[in-house]
Amino acid sequence: MEPRSLWSLMAYGDTGYGDEFLRGAFLTIQLSVCSYIVAFVLGLLGAGAKLSGNKILYRIGDLYTTLVRAVPELLLIILIFYAGGSAIKALLLNIGLVGEDFQVNAFAAVVVALGLIYGAYLTDVLRGAIQAIPKGQTEAARAYGMHAPMRFRRIIFPQMIRFAIPGMGNQWLNITKDSSLVSVVGAFELVSAAKSAASQTKEYLFFYSVGAACFLMLTIVSMIVLQHVERRASRGVRRA
Amino acid sequence: MTFDLVFMLQDVLPKLILAIPLSLFLVASSGVIGNILAVPVALARISHNPLLWMPAYGFILLMRGTPLLIQIYLIYYGLGQVFGGITIGDQRLMQVLPFLKYGLWYAIFALAINTAGYSGEILRGAILAVPHGEIEAGKAFGMSKWKIFRRITLPRAVRICLPAMSTETILLLKATSLASTVTVYEVLGTAQFIRQQSFRVYETLIGAALVYILLVFVLTRLLNWLERYLNKDRERPVSVPLAQTAKP
Repeated sequence: MEPRSLWSLMAYGDTGYGDEFLRGAFLTIQLSVCSYIVAFVLGLLGAGAKLSGNKILYRIGDLYTTLVRAVPELLLIILIFYAGGSAIKALLLNIGLVGEDFQVNAFAAVVVALGLIYGAYLTDVLRGAIQAIPKGQTEAARAYGMHAPMRFRRIIFPQMIRFAIPGMGNQWLNITKDSSLVSVVGAFELVSAAKSAASQTKEYLFFYSVGAACFLMLTIVSMIVLQHVERRASRGVRRA
Repeated sequence: MTFDLVFMLQDVLPKLILAIPLSLFLVASSGVIGNILAVPVALARISHNPLLWMPAYGFILLMRGTPLLIQIYLIYYGLGQVFGGITIGDQRLMQVLPFLKYGLWYAIFALAINTAGYSGEILRGAILAVPHGEIEAGKAFGMSKWKIFRRITLPRAVRICLPAMSTETILLLKATSLASTVTVYEVLGTAQFIRQQSFRVYETLIGAALVYILLVFVLTRLLNWLERYLNKDRERPVSVPLAQTAKP
């Protein structure tokens, strides 16, 4: 096929796949952002559990991160997608919030799956960041009579974020890439768009290249933004 | 949904254990090829010649900036499309070389070049971290540039980046599960096959997870041992209690 006719396949509307790709790219970003928020909350809880000093909480946190690190992401996504869906349904049924015909939103299920995986990675990133804060800081806050939530909000969190930004940035880049794995369980994002376009037209090389190019752009833009964020976060720090 | 432990132990795990060699073959083949390819990638990336470092930079960015899944699809379906169109005489290429039909080779190729990208970047850092004095010492001995690289820089760099490479190898083991998407029946592929036939989600996937946990555990131990073995000189000297050294 001639190159001109290939590009016409990317037309916007019924004749081309431009709109499908655009929607796919939008969904990839949406999926990554939602999962990242879930992962961040889980990461904070995990880091808290690991640093709590409570043996049982530490064990739970440690088991969580070890298990997630040892099992392939793809397997976890398939497992959580199927198991998580029915578990949420059973839970909601038991509480009586929903009826028998209730279906768990597939998008929510994959967000939970990705969030659970990256929660483990962020747990260790955030734990390291909290540990990097000098002890005297919390001690000073304690001496001022701040209670624990206030210490966290005013002293630990702002300093932790600065230490955590490089690691969190890396995990953001990883989550955008691993969001492609959910294309194995359903059509949600960019790879699914590329997949359906490629199998309908038999132009595999072209459409997967376009998909890869979209991801590359997302990565490059993320890297530029992260660089700025990193610089801004450490604007008050004296450089050696 | 009930969990049938007997089904998992009797019907799932034996089949998954039989699939372990294929998973390990994927790790070994793509790991070896990828890490060998990583050396020229790292060298090109370090070079000051724009004709060398620019392509290397682009390659690393491409490998690390796009998902492995789409790389595998691109190579399996994309190359398959190219090969499918080639005819030799009146025969199709796929008929002349039937092994081109198998997803396994495409998966190995994709995993290998992906590893080359990631490891190339790690190796680059390690090569730059080789102490300057050691290279100068090589020069003082009158070694040629290539000999210095072969005898001093590369072995030193490999030892420096060994911890990072161990992590990379574990990630590679987990990444081999993506080969299941292109009809390779390694551990996850086998589990998926049993799942689709028996409609049992938990037994098959949890069984596969157990197998991977075991593999990661064993591989971690093995790599730790290798790291210790190759870095014997870095081991701390056995501390002798003062009481024993002090003369009475």
